[in-house]
Parts: sequence; C-alpha cells; structure tokens
Amino acid sequence: MASITITDVSKTYPGAPAPSVTGINLSIRDGEFIVLVGPSGCGKSTLLRMVAGLEDISGGEVRIGDRVVNRLDPADRDIAMVFQNYALYPHMTVRENMAYGLKNRRTPKAEIETRVAEAARMLELGPYLDRKPRALSGGQRQRVAMGRAVVRQPSAFLFDEPLSNLDAKLRVTMRGEIRRLQKRLGTTALYVTHDQLEAMTLADRLVVLNGGRIEQVGAPLDIYHRPASTFVASFIGSPAMNLLDAGLEGARLRLGTSVIELGHLPAARGAVTLGIRAEDLTPAATGLPFRPDFIEELGAQRLVHGHIEGQPVVLALDPAVPVGSEMRLSVAAARLHLFDTTSGRRIATAARPGLAVTETA
Amino acid sequence: MNRIRPFDHLILILGTLFMCVPVLVAVMTSTHSAVDIHMNGLYLTPGDNAVETYQTVLTRQGGFTGQVTGMTMLMNSLILGVGFAVGKIVLSMAAAYALVYFRFRFATFLFWIIFTTLLLPLEVRIMPSYQVMSSLGLLNSYTGLIVPLLASATGTFYFRQFFKSVPDELLEAARIDGAGPWKFLWDVLIPLSKTMMAAIFIIMFVYGWNQYLWPMLMTTEERFFTLMRGIKQILQVWIGSQIPDYNEAFALAVLALLPPVIVVVVFQRWFIKGLTESDK
Repeated sequence: MASITITDVSKTYPGAPAPSVTGINLSIRDGEFIVLVGPSGCGKSTLLRMVAGLEDISGGEVRIGDRVVNRLDPADRDIAMVFQNYALYPHMTVRENMAYGLKNRRTPKAEIETRVAEAARMLELGPYLDRKPRALSGGQRQRVAMGRAVVRQPSAFLFDEPLSNLDAKLRVTMRGEIRRLQKRLGTTALYVTHDQLEAMTLADRLVVLNGGRIEQVGAPLDIYHRPASTFVASFIGSPAMNLLDAGLEGARLRLGTSVIELGHLPAARGAVTLGIRAEDLTPAATGLPFRPDFIEELGAQRLVHGHIEGQPVVLALDPAVPVGSEMRLSVAAARLHLFDTTSGRRIATAARPGLAVTETA
Repeated sequence: MNRIRPFDHLILILGTLFMCVPVLVAVMTSTHSAVDIHMNGLYLTPGDNAVETYQTVLTRQGGFTGQVTGMTMLMNSLILGVGFAVGKIVLSMAAAYALVYFRFRFATFLFWIIFTTLLLPLEVRIMPSYQVMSSLGLLNSYTGLIVPLLASATGTFYFRQFFKSVPDELLEAARIDGAGPWKFLWDVLIPLSKTMMAAIFIIMFVYGWNQYLWPMLMTTEERFFTLMRGIKQILQVWIGSQIPDYNEAFALAVLALLPPVIVVVVFQRWFIKGLTESDK
C-alpha cells in the first residue's frame, strides 16, 4: 500500500501536434479510491497507463510510495491492473491465470496456493478454479481479472473501465463488489471510467478530466453541488444540469422577461450562464414560466422536458405532482450556479439560504 | 427444404468417385504381381501378392550401390518433411514475433520485402542456392537438403497476421505480471498459436514431402534418396525382356501417400478443435 503522487505530468504522442495530457498534478493518499472520469479522448486512460508504465511519460514525475517510477518497468512498479476486456490468458485455467504473476516473481509454491485460495474465497471463484476463462460468464471473468490483481497484494490497483463490457444490472453488482473489496483490503485504487454514475458511487475523490487537463478534483458530492465549470456541471449528474443564458444586473439576474433576485452581489456582471439542477426546480404559485413538452417516467421520479423563456430545461418531479400545460417554478438562491459565459468557469457566489424572489415583468 | 434431390447427389457421388477411384486402383493394383498387371492391366479387386510386394519394397536393397531400401527412402522423406515443417514454423514464428512486437524502424517495410518473396517460386533461386550449398560443402547432407528452404514468407505472413489479432491487453497484462519477451512468447503466444502451428505444419509437411527437384539436385548419393525419387527409379529399370515392377511402383506410391494423409488427419483434428474452442 502506498500513496501516488503525480507531478506536472504530460504526454505527447510522437507526431501529434498537441499533447494528449498536460499539466496533471494529483496527490493520492494511501488507501484512497480515486476515479478519473471524463468523455472519451480526455486523456484519462493515457494518464492511467502512464502510472501503470504502459506508456512513456513525456514530462513530469510519477511517484508510487517514495519511489519515482518514471523509468521503471510495469512489473517493477508494484501495481496491478484490471482491463476493460479482462485480458485473461485464454489457454490458462482460472487458477493459472491468478498464479501467473506470482510465479514470474518466484513466489514459493505454497504461498501462491494460499493467496490464490484466499482470493478465490473472497471473490467466490472457488468452484471455477480449474475452468478456462471461455467457460465463464462476463461477470465471472471480471472477478478473475480482479483476483489476478488481488493475489499480487500490490501497492495500488489500476482499473481501466473494468465494467464497460458488462450488462447494466451486473455492472451495479460488480460496482459494489469492487468498492467492498477495495475498502476491505485498504489498497490505493485509481479507476478510469466514462460513466459519471459509476464515478459518483465509487469514488472517495473524483477527478474530472477534459481535453487532457484536470477540470476539477473533489469528493463526489462537492463536485455535484459545486461544479467548477459548465463542463463539469453538464458532465456530472443525470439528468445534466440545466444551463441557461442569463444577464446579471447587480444583484438581479435577468432571464428573458423574468428576473431573479439573488439577494447578494456576485463578482461579475453582464452575460452569464445560469446552472440549475433538475431537482432544484420546484413548482410554485409564482416564478419562472415553464412550458412542458414531454415526460420521461423513471418510476421513482419523472423527468419533465420543456422550456423556460424559450430555453430547454429538464425538471425532476415526484410522480404525484400534476404536470399542467403551463407551470411556474421557483428555485432556492443557494442552488443557483453562475458560470462565466466565455470561459465556462464558476463565478463565486456568497449564496445565502432562502428562496430567490422571482418576478415576471 | 429437406427434399432429396437425386441430381445433386449424382454430382456429389461422381465427384467423390473421381477423387477416390485412382487411389483405390493404386492400392488394389499394388496387391497383384507384376506379371498379372502386365497381362491384365489395372485392378479394382484385391490380389494375393500384397504382403510380398510391400515386404520387397520396404526391405530390398536396391539401386546401383545396394544401399537403399524402401525404409531408408521413407525415413529420408520423413526427415525432409518434418524438418521442413518444424524448421519453417520455428523460423517464421521468430520472424513474425520480431516484426509484430519489437519496435524497430522499417518493420513494415521489411515485412513487405519478405512478403514479395512469396511471389518467387523455389525454382527461380534454385541455381544460386545450389551454388551456395556446394561452396559450403553441404551437398549430400540433410543440412543442405533442409536449411536453404527454411525461410518461409508464407509462414511469416500467417504468423504475423495471427500475432496482430492477439489483443494488446494480453501483452500489457503479461508485462504487469512480470513476463519478459521470452516468457511472453513461451507462456502466452506459443500456446495460443497451437492451431496456427497445426495448420502450417500440414501445409509445410506436404510441401517438404513432395519436394522432387531440390533433393535431386542436392543429393547424388543413393542413401539420401526420397520416396519421390524411388518411384521414378523403379520404372526406369526396363532391361531386355524384364517386366517393369509395376506392383512395386504402386506400392511405393501408396507408401508415399500415407504419411501426408496421416499428418492431415491428425493435425486437422487439432486444427478444428482449436478453431471451435478458442476465443481470444
């Protein structure tokens, strides 16, 4: 077990005009579960593979524990990796697959057997130890891949989208298993995914990446409630945060013909982007005019798609609440997010609790 | 859908007969004596001379020096066939491994150079090859017979395509598991290419077994004779009123037929098993 320190790391592929990953600084504490999340092509896998040693590091420094590992072979970095397509050796049995890494390290036979048996018990793979991977289901294969990582007792686990090849239901189960296993072993974990829900549920801390840079680092709920940019706001959370064009006039926010009283003076003026979570909008007697278009039923809640002042908005409502052809919505001032229209960065708000006063001119 | 169509069957049966009857004629005729064959032509029924003919063919000291028996020829052919097949597999696998997994410049270019040699038949370079072997003093040796033909563009091509189809994650997993280049080749790639090796073994064994021109050039001593040359040798003996040993020629042809058939049958099973079981 060890901490991982990533200092100013960048990656430029030969012949590529721009770096794929640049200026990454991240310090991972011992035993922490860190999830790298972002859209495809954001560099999250590249970053993970640099930590694993499967890609050369173009600039900066990666430390695992107190060792700089930039020039070390993957085998000498004391890490174990779980791949998206499992990467099990098809011609070896489950037992041989798990033991292979230990055998190459000249671990004594008896020790290998104990560790494999222990991992098999933990992952409920006992009955399958003598089967070949092709005789296993997707979920079982993924458990074998995890077993192969566990028996090594490494300083850190690296997961590269390990659940992407599984069906939705199994994904939820395996998500739980990974979390439980990691907590139990207390091993530092670095986990890459493009699925924001997976990221939210697994992470101690989330790292949101975009275009090869870190957009935001923080605990899942911090990121959910205080997204640092419009990118994070629209990427984390489902449905995505509503982003509306608005204008700031002192402490008043103008949204088309409607006006929202913020109750404080934000550090900006003029055109801004207003962000509101779907569940923060509540039907009220007065407030923003909302024109519903259609409803998505999710069971526990329903998503109402419609428009406020001509701008598309999604609303999460309790199924018991009736949806009319025209509604008025209110929102707490503390739940409003303001972003710079050009840079997309968050504008600091000294939000106070209480309902925002809305009026329509 | 399931209606039996007599005409289709007729075509299939004719096709089968077309392929099988010559073989049957060879087998049956070889069981008669040379005199019978000379008088009555080919046979489609078994005769009573089988044991004697095959015994003669396998054990009689023949040729000018009296050094060569059917057994020696069979052995020579086997050495040539197996030597070819094994050597080509080892060599082309090593070449393909380097081409696919080692990062060096011009790897693709080198591959295409190797690939273009596929277009040249053996006969084109047979004289220079002979010259080289002759200068090295390797005429009349198994080394001289086998080594010059080992480099195989076909084999390299097949193995390269196969290695390219092995997912990269397997290599990465092996690297993390602490397997170096040798271990990865030995523990992962070779077991995975079993089916490929079986396929190439079939092709190359038959290729080596059927070599005629090359052994004839390379070896002058009779103890290096292969079966292919033996068959021809027998029919050339037509001295005075002596009847050619048709039965022995047929027996040798049948013997020459058997090992490739066995190889194909045995390895084909592996081959199909591998195809249906493997999933990478």
